[in-house]
Amino acid sequence: MINQEYMMVDGIPVPLEGEKNLLEVIRKAGIKLPTFCYHSELSIYGACRMCMVENEWGGLDAACSAQPRAGASIKTNTQRLRRYRKNILELLLANHCRDCTTCQNNNNCKLQALADRFGIEGVRFPNTADQPKLDTSSRAITRDSNKCILCGDCVRMCNEVQQVGAIDFAHRGSNMTISCAFDRPIAESNCVGCGQCAAVCPTGAIVVKNDVHKVWADLDDPNAKVTVQIAPAVRVALGRAFNLGEGENAMGKIVAALRRMGFDEVFDTSTGADLTVLEESNELLNRLATNPDMPLFTSCCPAWVRYCEQNHPELLPHVSSCKSPMQMFGAIIKAQYSTSERRQVHVAVMPCTAKKEEAARPEFAPGGHPDVDHVITTQELIHMIRESGLVFEELEAEAVDAPFAASTGAGVIFGVTGGVTEAVLRRLAGNKSPSALRAIAFEGVRGMEGVKETRILYGDRQLRIAIVSGLGNAAALIERIKAGEHYDFVEVMACPGGCVSGAGQPYVPQEQKAQRGKGLYAADLQSCLKRSEENPLMMSLYSGLLKGRVKELLHVHYAANHTAQGEE
Amino acid sequence: MGTQKTAAFDYGVLDEILARHRAQPEAIIAILQETQEHYRYLPSEIFAYLAERMRISEAQIYSVATFYENFSLTPKGHYIIKVCDGTACHVRKSIPILERLYSELGLSAKKPTSDDLAFTVETVSCLGACGLAPVITVNDKVYPAMTPEKTSELLITLREEMQNAQD
Ligand code: SF4
Ligand code: SF4
Ligand code: FES
Repeated sequence: MINQEYMMVDGIPVPLEGEKNLLEVIRKAGIKLPTFCYHSELSIYGACRMCMVENEWGGLDAACSAQPRAGASIKTNTQRLRRYRKNILELLLANHCRDCTTCQNNNNCKLQALADRFGIEGVRFPNTADQPKLDTSSRAITRDSNKCILCGDCVRMCNEVQQVGAIDFAHRGSNMTISCAFDRPIAESNCVGCGQCAAVCPTGAIVVKNDVHKVWADLDDPNAKVTVQIAPAVRVALGRAFNLGEGENAMGKIVAALRRMGFDEVFDTSTGADLTVLEESNELLNRLATNPDMPLFTSCCPAWVRYCEQNHPELLPHVSSCKSPMQMFGAIIKAQYSTSERRQVHVAVMPCTAKKEEAARPEFAPGGHPDVDHVITTQELIHMIRESGLVFEELEAEAVDAPFAASTGAGVIFGVTGGVTEAVLRRLAGNKSPSALRAIAFEGVRGMEGVKETRILYGDRQLRIAIVSGLGNAAALIERIKAGEHYDFVEVMACPGGCVSGAGQPYVPQEQKAQRGKGLYAADLQSCLKRSEENPLMMSLYSGLLKGRVKELLHVHYAANHTAQGEE
Repeated sequence: MGTQKTAAFDYGVLDEILARHRAQPEAIIAILQETQEHYRYLPSEIFAYLAERMRISEAQIYSVATFYENFSLTPKGHYIIKVCDGTACHVRKSIPILERLYSELGLSAKKPTSDDLAFTVETVSCLGACGLAPVITVNDKVYPAMTPEKTSELLITLREEMQNAQD
C-alpha cells in the first residue's frame, strides 16, 4: 500500500487501518492496555481513566476516547503512567469490599486482576467500604452495590444494547449509585433477566444468581431421581475453563462429568429443540394460511418473551405458542418418569440467566410442580465440576441416555443466532437434498450480526424472514413492522449473537463469541441427521407419550387472549 | 407496559406539558421543570407515565431527577425560602440567618420541609445579587440585606399571610 499511515506506539510503527480509537491501535500492537469502562459493543464513556497513555508532548490521553492520528507517537508504559494506574486502582479499592476469597467472582474480576497485574501491595486510603448491600430479588442476577466501581458498563448495556433501561445512575457525586427507579429492588423493575449487565460488569457487583447448592442438595438425596438436560450453547463455552479451546465441543466430557457427579440421567436439549422445530414449523404453516398479515415471532428466548409482555403486549398473539426447547423437554421428561418411585428432580444446564426466571413461571409448573426444578448456568456448572475435583480434561467422552438419546444437527444450531430459523427452513424446504440443505446456510441466516434477513420460496410464495439478536435490534424491527413492513417469520434472541453469548456463559469479548457459533455448526456437520423430522425419536414420541397431549406438554399461553396455534 | 396510571392522579397537567414538548426525550429537563412548577415537586406517580409517553425508562428519568439539586422527589412547602450562601452572602453572615430559620421552623439540612408543608428551607450557591448581600428569596421574591431578626419578623408575616389566605 502506498499511502499507508502509521503511528508510533512505544517506539514501534503501527499501521492505521480505520481503527475507531487509539485503544484499538494499541491492542493491535500487542499491548493489553487496562480498561474498565471500554467495551467495543458499547458507547465510549471515558470514565475510569485506566487506559491513559502519554502523548509526544507529555500530555495524557484516554486511549478509548482519543482518535488515532497519523504520525503521532504515544507511550503506554512510563513511570508516570504506572503511578497513575496504581493510584486509580488504590482509589477504587479504597471503598470497595476486599473480601475477594468469598466473592462469587473471585478470580473472575477485572479489579482483582488489575490490582494483581499492577502490583498493588497496600491501599493508602482508609477503607470506607460499607457492608454488602445485596439485592437478591431477581432469580436471574444478584447485585451488590458495594462492589460497584461506577464504570457504567451495565447501564450502557441495559440502555443501549438491550434498550430495556431497568438500571441507571442515580444521585451524584459521592452518593452516586447504580439503581432502578426509586431504588426499587430489581425484581420490581422492567428488567427482563437477560443478565447482560452481569456479563459486562468488571467486578462482582452484578453476578449470575447462584443455584448450585440446591442442585448439590438434590444430588445427595437418595430419594431423588435427578435428570439433567444440557443446552447446545453450553458445550462450546465450557471447555475453555479446562484448557480446551474456545468453541471446542465438550459435550461428551460434560455428559461424563455430570454422571460422575451423580446425575441419574443425562439428556441433550437439542432433542427438545427438534420438538420445537416441528411444532413451530406447523404453527408457521398454519399461520400463513390463517393470519398472513403478521409475522410469527419465535418464543425460545424467555428474556424476549418477557420484553414482549412488558413492552408490546399487543404482539403476544403473534409470538409462537411453542414452549422453549428447555420447557418442552422438561415437560416430556417429567411425563416420562411420572410413575417413578423416587421424587423427580429435573435440572437444566443453560447458557442463560433468564432461563432461571422462565423455569419458575407458573405456566411451567403444572399443579405447582415445576417441569424444570433448577436451572444452572455454564458458569455454575464449571464451579460444580471444580468443586467435585474431577479432572475434566481427562474425562472420556460419553453419550447421553436413552430413551431420549437422539437429536439432530438442526437442534444443535439453536444455540446461535439464526439457528432456529435455519432449522425451521430445513423443515420447510421443498428440496431436501444435502446440497439444498447446505445452500440454506448461505442464505443470510448465519453470522453474528444483530440483524439478518432472508427470503425463501415456499410453494409459490416468497417468505420474508428476519433474524434479530439484542433486544435493541428487536425493538427497531418491531417499529418497522408496526409501520407496515411485512415479514412472515421473526427470530428473536435477547443476547447479541444468540445463546452462545448468554450471560450464564463465561465472559469473553464479542470477537470470541463467534468461535462458539462455529463450534455448533461443526457439531451440525458431524451429526448424521440434519433435519428435525428425521429424528426417529420424534415419531415414537408423537405416537406414544405425546398422543393427545401435544398442547399440554409442548405449548403455552402467555396471555389470557393468547390463542394457541399450530395444534393438530 | 400498558398504561401505568394511578386512579386518583390527574394526568391532564402532564399531557399539556408533554404536548408542549412533543414528548421529546431531549426535553426531559424542561418537562420535569414544568412538572415541578405545577406540583412544586416531582410526584412519584409521574415517572411511569412520563416513561411510557416519552419512551424512555423510569430509571433514566429517575437518574435525571436525582442528579440535579433543583428537583425534589418530596413535596415542598408552600413557601420555599432560599438562603444564599455564595461567597458575598457568606462573609456577610448568611449562616446565622439559615440557623435562625432552622431553629424557628424545626428544620435541618436533612429535613428541609416542615411537616405542615408550610415551609421549605434551602441554600443556594449564588443568586447573583451580591450587592444586596445577604439575600434570601421566598418563592422567588427577593429580600435583601437580611439579618436573623428581620428573618424572624418575615416568618411572622408569612404565617399571617398564609392564615389569611386560608380563612
Ligand atoms: S438483566 Fe438485562 S434487563 Fe435486567 S438490568 Fe441487566 S441488562 Fe438490564
Ligand atoms: S455494577 Fe458493575 S458494570 Fe455496573 S457500574 Fe458498577 S462495576 Fe460497572
Ligand atoms: S477504558 Fe478508557 S477511560 Fe475507561
